[in-house]
Amino acid sequence: MSKLKKNTIKEIIAYSILILLGVIMIYPLVWMFFASFKTNEEIYGSTKLLPLAYSLKSYIEGWKGIGGTTYTRFFINTFAMVLPTTLLTVISSSVVAYGFARFRFKGKGLLFAMLLASMMLPNAVIIIPRYMLFRNINVLDSYWPFYLTAGFACYPFFIYMIVQFFRGLPMDLDESAYIDGCGTFQTFLHILLPLMKPALFSAGLFQFLWTYNDYFNSLIYINSVKKYTVSLALKLSLDAESVVQWDKVMAVSGIAVLPVVILFFICQKYFVEGIATTGLKG
Amino acid sequence: MKAKKTLSINSKRENQAYLYLLPWIIGFIVFQAYPLIASLVYSFSDYNVLDKMNFVGLDNYITLFTKDKEFKKSLFVTIQYALYTVPFKIIMSLLIALLLSKSRKGIGILRTVYYLPSLFGGSIAVAILWKLMFMDNGFINSILSSFGIGGISWLGNPKLALPTLSLLEAWQFGSSMVMYLAALKAVPVALYEAASIDGSGKIRSFFSVTFPQISPIIFFSIIMQSINALQNFTSAFTITSGGPMKSTYMLGLKLYNDGFTYFKMGYAAATSWIIFFLIVGTTLLMFASSKLWVFYGDEA
Repeated sequence: MSKLKKNTIKEIIAYSILILLGVIMIYPLVWMFFASFKTNEEIYGSTKLLPLAYSLKSYIEGWKGIGGTTYTRFFINTFAMVLPTTLLTVISSSVVAYGFARFRFKGKGLLFAMLLASMMLPNAVIIIPRYMLFRNINVLDSYWPFYLTAGFACYPFFIYMIVQFFRGLPMDLDESAYIDGCGTFQTFLHILLPLMKPALFSAGLFQFLWTYNDYFNSLIYINSVKKYTVSLALKLSLDAESVVQWDKVMAVSGIAVLPVVILFFICQKYFVEGIATTGLKG
Repeated sequence: MKAKKTLSINSKRENQAYLYLLPWIIGFIVFQAYPLIASLVYSFSDYNVLDKMNFVGLDNYITLFTKDKEFKKSLFVTIQYALYTVPFKIIMSLLIALLLSKSRKGIGILRTVYYLPSLFGGSIAVAILWKLMFMDNGFINSILSSFGIGGISWLGNPKLALPTLSLLEAWQFGSSMVMYLAALKAVPVALYEAASIDGSGKIRSFFSVTFPQISPIIFFSIIMQSINALQNFTSAFTITSGGPMKSTYMLGLKLYNDGFTYFKMGYAAATSWIIFFLIVGTTLLMFASSKLWVFYGDEA
């Protein structure tokens, strides 16, 4: 009886800690949501979470953007950058992963070791020559630096992740496809790829997320406001006026995080599996 | 004869691998290996995009360590940032994962709540949110003042600015938590049973069973998080611009300013190699220490 009581108390304590911390974790995001309806004056120095009156004014004003370029354009730009990058990453990574996972060839060990080592290559150390490279081939101020690195499989994380997934598919599948007269590419396309959907989807989700959230690379490669992504536009709206219009900034920031939140709730299962199986950083 | 023929078909087939690897091989050479070597070469030069490049030997590095006061501060601040955030994130995500790993009711919702902040990574929107929350008249101070604590200048005080930025990073421990949750589930139940038969308490069984079993994952996440922390840029750039009094002027920010504001590419490349050395150093340190605390099942 007393042990049961002791356990109940323990449970209550554990729950209290989890819930209290959970509230602290989520509070900034909830606050951000409600702050977007507040007036600039109300954002300052008010402890109340809920706004006095719900007004969409800050959304309408904020959406107008900077210097005649609206957030409609910034969002179109963002998706013009993110969607092809994501698609190219998934295609190139799965092709390369197929090569690593399903063939025995000379130098495989060495090449795979290089792939793993390149996962730890920090962006900071290669950014200057990359910038010069893209400058020399005249693709600065466009989304090509993103497309090119994605198309040429420069995201070793995803290759590794898909290779791991390939290992779970029996080689018998390939063998019987060969016996039926399929070439390697047909085997890949018609037999293996349909079975890879979960892994491809996870890779795509994370690449979407990372590219969508990216700021540093966009800042370096893109410089005309017309081509700005949402991230760049948000930072600009912070600097554009001498007194920051926080209500507007919060409204557009709220809209900016919305696609990520929606995506997460639709695809929660894939997020969790993606992290769990490969240890991806989120 | 027949066997030889199949072999030749097979090896022909195996050689097609290079075709599939081709995109990566090109990408690796052009966008990873070449930039790595080029940045090392730049770091020994006075390259500034416009003028002809001259080699200056170790000058950039000598200037960094002897003349550039900003650099020493940057180096110190960067290491400090990694030391604040990485251990905090690891311990926090491990603790929450342990609490969540017992199948309790409502785990799904709690896991989502803890994971949600890490969705936004280095996104500018949450950096802006942080700036607004921790402003002098922001809502953190408003809440504190209702408890009678007043006038903390989170972003204006050189002693508090870096911890405030670290808090933003620490807030995003969710993805490593999910990783640990998966690792904890994979620990064989039989090991816990054996430990409890041997009379181990909860804490004892954590250190003798749980920790060794998930130590490879912890090892991996310390390395990956250190790599991220040592390169941090967005929060320092957006929230504090490196201030006040350079107290948040991390190496990532210095690299950006030297390279992309003043176009001192050679000098910035030298800074980038210092970041690289920090990362390689951390990784080597981790590998060297791994024998003491990382447990690989197949070795036993």
